[in-house]
Amino acid sequence: MMKILVCVKQVPDTTNIKWTENNTIQREGLESVMNPFDIFAVEEALKIKNKRHNVSITTLTMGPNQAIDMLKKTIARGCDSACLLTDRKFAGADTYATSKTIASAIRTKYADFNLIICGQFAVDGDTAQTGPAIANNLKIPQVTYVKEIVDANEFHVTVRRELEEGIETVQVKLPALICVLQGDYEPSPVTINGVKKALKTEIDIYSADNIDIAAEDAGLKGSPTYVSKAFRPVKKHECVFVENSSDFCNELKECLQDE
Amino acid sequence: MSRGILLYAQITKSGYVHPVFFELASKAQELSKKLNNEPIIALIMTTKGNTEKFKEGFQKFGIDKVYALENERFENYISDYYITSAVNVIKQIDPSVILIGATCEGRDFAPGISTALHTGLTADCIELDINEKGQLAATRPTFGGQLMATILSKKTPQMATVRPNVFKPLEEDVVKDTEFVYPEVNLDGIEERVKILNFIKGIENERNKLLDAKIIIAGGMGMKNAKGFEMLEDAAKVIGAEVGATRAAVEAGIAKRNMQIGQTGVTVTPKIYIACGISGAIQHIVGMENSDKIFAVNIDKNAPIFEHCDCGIVGDVFEVLPEMVEFLKKINENI
Repeated sequence: MMKILVCVKQVPDTTNIKWTENNTIQREGLESVMNPFDIFAVEEALKIKNKRHNVSITTLTMGPNQAIDMLKKTIARGCDSACLLTDRKFAGADTYATSKTIASAIRTKYADFNLIICGQFAVDGDTAQTGPAIANNLKIPQVTYVKEIVDANEFHVTVRRELEEGIETVQVKLPALICVLQGDYEPSPVTINGVKKALKTEIDIYSADNIDIAAEDAGLKGSPTYVSKAFRPVKKHECVFVENSSDFCNELKECLQDE
Repeated sequence: MSRGILLYAQITKSGYVHPVFFELASKAQELSKKLNNEPIIALIMTTKGNTEKFKEGFQKFGIDKVYALENERFENYISDYYITSAVNVIKQIDPSVILIGATCEGRDFAPGISTALHTGLTADCIELDINEKGQLAATRPTFGGQLMATILSKKTPQMATVRPNVFKPLEEDVVKDTEFVYPEVNLDGIEERVKILNFIKGIENERNKLLDAKIIIAGGMGMKNAKGFEMLEDAAKVIGAEVGATRAAVEAGIAKRNMQIGQTGVTVTPKIYIACGISGAIQHIVGMENSDKIFAVNIDKNAPIFEHCDCGIVGDVFEVLPEMVEFLKKINENI
């Protein structure tokens, strides 16, 4: 049996942010979506399941109750079970506290996992830190910037990493954690049978007491970093529209001549 | 004098110190002054005898002390070996600040260090300062670049990864009598859990030309296909520009990966940036908005690119661009 855990996150739809008059993000009406990178984390797990027998996939998230919808969708796409870590004590966590909490949950509830898959980035915070920090908390090897899983068995996973300088193929001994980039393919759709299964499947819900994490290690209290100031970036350019190509060319020419 | 600002000197696969180290070294001079001249320390991890090659660079870039960890297992970056060894030596150094380039390697390496040191880590910063209380104030974009956040840490070392090509390297050498120490590295008994099977160098193994370009002409999905990008290449030749692209264009296969500008590509700062058929997704904007002058051509007058440019024209890029090329050719002939 190969047990795969996929860590997923619900994020606000950052492509559609509106601002209040006070230059804060208007949270009302801001839709939540599954982090696009995590869609491919689920997808890479499903690809292993489709190729091999005896693979089970559990998706795991930390967040409010409304994240259940997202977890149900992962089951509708072919995952087997899902887990929600939810507790007021988890609120306001930075990547340090988040990874400690998730690692604690894995240690207490899913200690027999073989492989953990995370998205490389979450589009809201964009830190790329929670995955590697979970690996370090669990003292398992990590491989980041994975474009594709080339091969997987009970002992090893072979992956293709996409780095600045080129493509690296790496073999990692299980148990391990990998962080995946977005794929160049369409994710698999929700099926009718999948939806039926999702409706029947109970989501496992755990609070801080269930997963052996102290209140001072979780959430805002357990976070070494804090936001001292948040602000809207200063607009750096002001557009002057020109009517025709020749005006455009002349503006460009002046600029080029200054150089 | 104790503590210090520790900078990670990443060695690239091509065997040089990653340029972001020199950018950090330059910023560290400024931060050090605000921290009662705490020393600037570099950490390098490489194979036996290899630090020698980089000695002069460290001396010219104002580094007070270099901790060189040399071991045969450091031929390539392997997180297990690098993190374990770095944590051991950082515990001894006990710096107040640790800065690491936000490269693929840096962003893989840093979270392991912060977890082991039980401290915070701020990712992919674009501004660093020391506040009135002597804390590192690290500013970074969140929400896809739509919101900026300044982050402080309650614990030390205060750690941050910093986006490459944001700070400028020192313009003039700050020559120091750098001290080099070679702590013992013991990796015996550490299991080989990650094995590199193969590495295929991409075109990006050389320094990306976009980083130093004075003029960039970039295309998005509005360029439609590879032919559209050939038009940009032709225009680039006339004005001596480099060609850039959006992520969408790269992923659609009409532009090369090393052309990608933006959050997941390179950050560029040319004098002139000409955006052709680029709608202006915020992920692209964060990679080019620090250009001096931005010109934009787009068919859609509501395209967000017009919020971030100095001169814009609403029109078909396939009409404007050829006219522009003809016009510029004429100027060239007249000079």
